[in-house]
Amino acid sequence: MRARFVAGKVFGAFGTLVFVLVFNFFLFRVVNDDPTGKLFRGRNLSQDQLDRRRREFNLDGSKFEQFIAYLKQTMRGNLGDSFLSRRPVTTEIREALWPTIALVGTSTILSMLIGIMLGIAAGWRRRSGTDVAATSFSMFTYSVPDFWLGMVLLAFFAVKWPWFPTGGFEDAGSTATGFSALLDQAHHMALPCITLTLAYIGEYMIVMRSSLLDTVNEDFLQLARAKGLRDVVVRRRHAVPNALLPVVSLSALNFGYVLSGAIAVEAIYSWPGIGQATLEAIRGPDFPMLQGLFLLLSGSMILANLAVDLLYSLLDPRVRGR
Amino acid sequence: MSDVVKTQTTTFSPRSFRWQRRRAATVDFWSRFRGDRLALFGLAVLLTFIVMAIGAPWISPKEGLSAVDSIDNPTWATPRFDYPFGTDNLGRSVAAQFVWGSRVSLWVGLSATVLTIAIGSAVGVTAGFFGRWTDATLMRLTDWFLVIPFLPLAIVLASVLDRSLRNVVLVIAITSWPGTARLVRAQVLTVKQRLFVDRARALGASRFHVIRRHILPNVAPLILANVTLAVPISILTETTLAFLGLGDPKRPSWGKTLEEAFNAGAISRNAWWYYLPAGAGIVIVVLAFTLVGRAVEEILDPRLREGGL
Amino acid sequence: MSLLELRDLHITYRSERGDVPAVRGVSLTIDPGETVGLAGESGCGKSTIAGAVLRLLPKQTLIGGQVLLDGEDVYQMKPGQLRAARWTSAAIVFQGALHALNPVQRVGKQIAEAILLHSSHSKQVATQRVGDLLERVGLPPHRARAYPHQLSGGQRQRVLIALALACEPKLLIADEPTTALDVMVQAQVLELLAELQRDRGLGLLFITHDLSVLTSTCERLAVMYAGRIVEDGPSHDVFGTPEHPYSAALARAFPTIGDPASRMNPTGLAGDPPNPANLPSGCPFHPRCDKAIEACSATDVELRQVGVARRAACIHIPVEGGIDRG
Repeated sequence: MRARFVAGKVFGAFGTLVFVLVFNFFLFRVVNDDPTGKLFRGRNLSQDQLDRRRREFNLDGSKFEQFIAYLKQTMRGNLGDSFLSRRPVTTEIREALWPTIALVGTSTILSMLIGIMLGIAAGWRRRSGTDVAATSFSMFTYSVPDFWLGMVLLAFFAVKWPWFPTGGFEDAGSTATGFSALLDQAHHMALPCITLTLAYIGEYMIVMRSSLLDTVNEDFLQLARAKGLRDVVVRRRHAVPNALLPVVSLSALNFGYVLSGAIAVEAIYSWPGIGQATLEAIRGPDFPMLQGLFLLLSGSMILANLAVDLLYSLLDPRVRGR
Repeated sequence: MSDVVKTQTTTFSPRSFRWQRRRAATVDFWSRFRGDRLALFGLAVLLTFIVMAIGAPWISPKEGLSAVDSIDNPTWATPRFDYPFGTDNLGRSVAAQFVWGSRVSLWVGLSATVLTIAIGSAVGVTAGFFGRWTDATLMRLTDWFLVIPFLPLAIVLASVLDRSLRNVVLVIAITSWPGTARLVRAQVLTVKQRLFVDRARALGASRFHVIRRHILPNVAPLILANVTLAVPISILTETTLAFLGLGDPKRPSWGKTLEEAFNAGAISRNAWWYYLPAGAGIVIVVLAFTLVGRAVEEILDPRLREGGL
Repeated sequence: MSLLELRDLHITYRSERGDVPAVRGVSLTIDPGETVGLAGESGCGKSTIAGAVLRLLPKQTLIGGQVLLDGEDVYQMKPGQLRAARWTSAAIVFQGALHALNPVQRVGKQIAEAILLHSSHSKQVATQRVGDLLERVGLPPHRARAYPHQLSGGQRQRVLIALALACEPKLLIADEPTTALDVMVQAQVLELLAELQRDRGLGLLFITHDLSVLTSTCERLAVMYAGRIVEDGPSHDVFGTPEHPYSAALARAFPTIGDPASRMNPTGLAGDPPNPANLPSGCPFHPRCDKAIEACSATDVELRQVGVARRAACIHIPVEGGIDRG
């Protein structure tokens, strides 16, 4: 891989990050002129008290001074303190990070594997029974709002038939350790994980299917068949590796969505992750928290995009050669 | 048929010619669309919902939505004759919320899409037609917006703005235009390479004229195909925003119904009549739009037409 | 026994818009060591024949008549038998400009795959053979490690020839192997094919739209139009003194080198090839034919004998013995 190519991509990602930083500041301090005023609206604070709050949250001074202060602070890894809990935003986020990664990461991998397999089965034999069934299923799951699916699953499999817990990360007051704790967490994770997996499968299936459909008429598949290879071998060795590229980049991109993908579903299952934290920040409204979350979620997307570009050049010899 | 030929020969002005061509295109479009049964079914479903949305005041009086007017009603009533979908925790009719909710969902879905496509097409056509630094700047901006994750951006925007339907539409448009912009730009670039654009420029046509008469008519089918496929996304986004409490608090939408149902504890009470209709409404409308959109795309998208034999 | 024998082959593609007859009764034999050229415009059905020999056409395609490979009917074979016959009884030299090679696999691996499939060689032996094959077609053995996009068009074509030779078939079907190559490379590839054919005594079916290429490579020539053979015979005769107006037009379309008259006045053929789904009545060539008479639109003329080992399907050719089977 050329060093220039990598440098260019990294530089581009850095530029996007700067844009996000500026945009973030602009949104919260320019569009939303007086965050503290809004927050304490109706609470009858004196002007003096309001001013003290403003100082506390770095909201005094001109917009330019504020911007410089914001940049300096962010560079040092300080995202400010939460309006609600008064704890540093970074601490709040760090605590919410693991549950989300566990939940959405698992669902992403599961849906990816299932979706790709369905897509291969559907795309290889166009308009076959498998194809029609898989395509209809994907169209349906795509049309269902993920949180509503979560509500329905919750109502049936946790309330009506209480096979699964109704929410949370583990049993309240649980003192279990080691394997049994893990089992308890898996039990809690099952329903939200099924919800998200169902919600994501369709996209992978459709992309894999259309990519394989593009490949099916390629000459090199005819050649592979002419050589005397079995149909399944032609598919596995020649068709799928070529059709997989768009799916790989989609998957890598979706890993960038891991942190932000499950906001509403986490809320349904009171899963103590990033989504739950976002919802609480919206209800506050807790602007430093929202600002920090937005920076984190955008940052992870930027990284995922960078990863896709680099991964693509690793996987596709045609890009690599350039 | 003979009718068409007659008008064409008697009044042969450019305008009437264009009109003829458009009419022929519409007839052709409809005859191809009619061949797709699923799409026709989707269209019928959509029309039903649109009639329901427009006729909401006659189907279900607005008073049914207000908690004050419903104070004597039974709460958590299961579906029965006077309350086809039962009542909620405040005694309001769920059916009334469903009927009125379709208004907001469809209205936001359609107007947000129109705004999205308008912004995206304006950026795409400008970037593609003028090229050079205009293109570079606009595409840089588009890339930035493409990278920022969709839902967090919508949430953040909706949080700093006031809660109103207008702002929900605005938020959806601001977050979804980049995809359209890219698509339109690519199409403009292919159209620009064709001879007639050069010829028109050489004949001294102004840029505006070339865009209006040569570029837009050739990009329009793609834009139209994009519209029908973008509506479901707008509807789903509105639903999610409303569910997160970022919608208009005064207007009932399907997403808001779901939010209220969830927060009122409809799930632990097994009050399925409260949360099932709104969700099913979303699924049906989105599915219907997808069916129609797929057919429209297949007919209008030049890339699909050339490729698929 | 013939390497390949086509007996009254009919091929009809099925699509949603109706059936499209691509090949309408073609008979052809190739004996060991013989080179036969098949010429015609695009869409005349010549490439369909290449696919039909190894049974590569879409499943729903209707096939009539017989395709005998080493005396065995390809369309009667069981799946396992068919896979064993592919590439060993006959191999196809694909056109290199298209995506005939898997873009994400090294070319050596693609050649070795065929060797390993049809023999019990170890991987090492296969790798060794890949090197030999590449050397035979004029490429350094280390190019086996290249990806298709790293090769030039001519090199890709050589790889495809090496690939076709991998299982030492007795018959090669070359489907437009020189199209889209520049003239110098075209000459080299033709030279290579001719050399291999001589050295190994291969049977060769050479499919192209370029008549002039065929005369230098092939002993016999068949000209196809609208799914049928309209003229066949020794290639020099067919090219030099064509009997069918269509062969004549094809021959005129390519200027003879060293003949200033033909270079200054290349005459193409007016009009487009007919749509196979909707062929003209009678002789399908009559709308484009400069010798057409009224009877042409009504009479579907079959091949008629013209002297020794030559046949043509034209109404102007006298019927031997006065019987017109058409």
